[in-house]
Amino acid sequence: MGQIQLQQVTKSFGNVEVIPPLDLTIEDGEFTVFVGPSGCGKSTLLRLIAGLEDVTSGHIAIDGTDATTLPPAKRGLAMVFQSYALYPHMSVRKNIAFPMRMAKVSQAEQDKRIDAAAKALNLTDYLDRRPGQLSGGQRQRVAIGRAIVREPEAFLFDEPLSNLDAALRVGMRMEISELHEKLKTTMIYVTHDQVEAMTMADKIVVLQAGVIEQVGSPLELYRSPQNKFVAGFIGSPKMNFVEGAEAAKYGAHSVGFRPEHISVSTTEGTWQGTVGVAEHLGSDTYLHIHGVPGCDPMTVRASGEFTVRHGDTVFLTPDMNHIHKFDADGLRVS
Amino acid sequence: MATQHSRSAARIMMAPAVILLLGWMLVPLIMTLFFSFKKYLPLRGGDLGWVGFENYVRFVTSSSFWPSVLTTLVIVGGVLLITVILGVLLAILLNQPMWGQGMVRILVIAPFFVMPTVSALVWKNMFMDPVNGLFAHLWKFFGASPVEWLTQVPMTSIIVIVSWQWLPFATLILLTAIQSLDGEQLEASEMDGAPPLARFAFITLPHLGRAITVVVLIQTIFLLSIFAEIFVTTQGAFGTRTLTYLIYQRVLESQNVGLGSAGGVYAIILANIVAIFLMRIVGKNLDA
Repeated sequence: MGQIQLQQVTKSFGNVEVIPPLDLTIEDGEFTVFVGPSGCGKSTLLRLIAGLEDVTSGHIAIDGTDATTLPPAKRGLAMVFQSYALYPHMSVRKNIAFPMRMAKVSQAEQDKRIDAAAKALNLTDYLDRRPGQLSGGQRQRVAIGRAIVREPEAFLFDEPLSNLDAALRVGMRMEISELHEKLKTTMIYVTHDQVEAMTMADKIVVLQAGVIEQVGSPLELYRSPQNKFVAGFIGSPKMNFVEGAEAAKYGAHSVGFRPEHISVSTTEGTWQGTVGVAEHLGSDTYLHIHGVPGCDPMTVRASGEFTVRHGDTVFLTPDMNHIHKFDADGLRVS
Repeated sequence: MATQHSRSAARIMMAPAVILLLGWMLVPLIMTLFFSFKKYLPLRGGDLGWVGFENYVRFVTSSSFWPSVLTTLVIVGGVLLITVILGVLLAILLNQPMWGQGMVRILVIAPFFVMPTVSALVWKNMFMDPVNGLFAHLWKFFGASPVEWLTQVPMTSIIVIVSWQWLPFATLILLTAIQSLDGEQLEASEMDGAPPLARFAFITLPHLGRAITVVVLIQTIFLLSIFAEIFVTTQGAFGTRTLTYLIYQRVLESQNVGLGSAGGVYAIILANIVAIFLMRIVGKNLDA
């Protein structure tokens, strides 16, 4: 069991309110991702759940029992830190054994769990090395191993992949997702990378300035973002917002189209513009089109074969099935 | 090309410093060796010729030799023990966020700026004096009879004085080390269920290992040759005669330069033995 409930939780550092009253329920076994720009309070929220910070007011319940004042060790949560926070003077085996040693688990049981974790994480050959002798990805796995052996109610990940290079990040993303499938334990994952959020989450919590903007499954957020912030934050490249008179034609203060929902043509279309930067990814080409009324530049996705050059004139047609309309306050209008 | 060129340029530019240091070290060393094989009594006939190893034999068979070696080691060991333990505790204390932190840190470091002679005099006359000392007043205030520090517990007194001088050094080095400890490691161990004492033992202390090694090595070098504190307080009496002080007495009080020089060579050997032991025990901390 690993249900986590936050009720009216707030956090202030001195006079600065980082998290205004906030309610959130994370169901047992869910992979929840907190995503938002830097400084939005997502890490603070995670640390509040972990118990590394005290809440200013409100309640945190784990499995239905109040854990607001419990020390971190008593909450039954395991955390993986951004810097991995491995103990540099201990071997990998001792690092992984540390939480069990503190919990006075028997030696035989320790060995059993270490072997199981090492096997699951491909660390068997490295158990006697020091963290300093491992690569970034391996260190990350040791940190996860140290969390797994505690058999916690829930795992907390604080931007665990941000120190890895791009290729490793994709690999570790898969590994963490697979781990979740295997363990079925509640996981809370903090990241500023919306791609990580989209690919891994059962449920995404989008935060801005300590406020939850929207909670939902990745596709819910993609298909029907509740406001302009979520619309702009989820999806890559960003959604295009058309403002002003052009937006009024669609009966909204602003309208949004994702780059993949706009078709490009060299002959005809709704809008006309000139090609600025073209990013050729092979499978796709992202074009930055200048001169579109109400939105400059507008990013559109074209197929990989679509060859236009800087300065060419192109015509754009938005897909009206995927229009997102927002009112003056940035809220979604259907 | 460029590297070879700059390497030879670097050698030329380093040469004056290296030669100066080498001369600074070699001249006294050679002079000590030279005199140690001579019977040289400045006020009783001067240079009386070569005597072979007689000085060495006399120095080592003298009844005060082994006690002085023991005294030296006890003082070095005692001061190291006190400064390292209190240094770690003070460093942890000073690392806590508090009001007036900068001021407190400067005050803590202050004793290191006081000259050994001055600090020993201050301790002797203002704290440890059995009539006017602050300790005497304190003892009397509680109805006890004042301790005659420098005669009743001379070794303890000297160890306390020297520790007071070297504690700031240890604290300073250990404080900078403790500041480089990754806070996430402490948080991780907290989440792993380690109570405060276990966090100290398993995370903080191993992190400080290298700094403690540096403190121990540097302090040992200086403590093996402490002199002013003994000269000012007990003058080597009451069992406080260290090897350094014994050599001083042989050279200046007995006016026997040859004998003292032989003692100097023994002091070099003792320092090397201590150094080898220390490197064996703590040196591995300096690797990696």
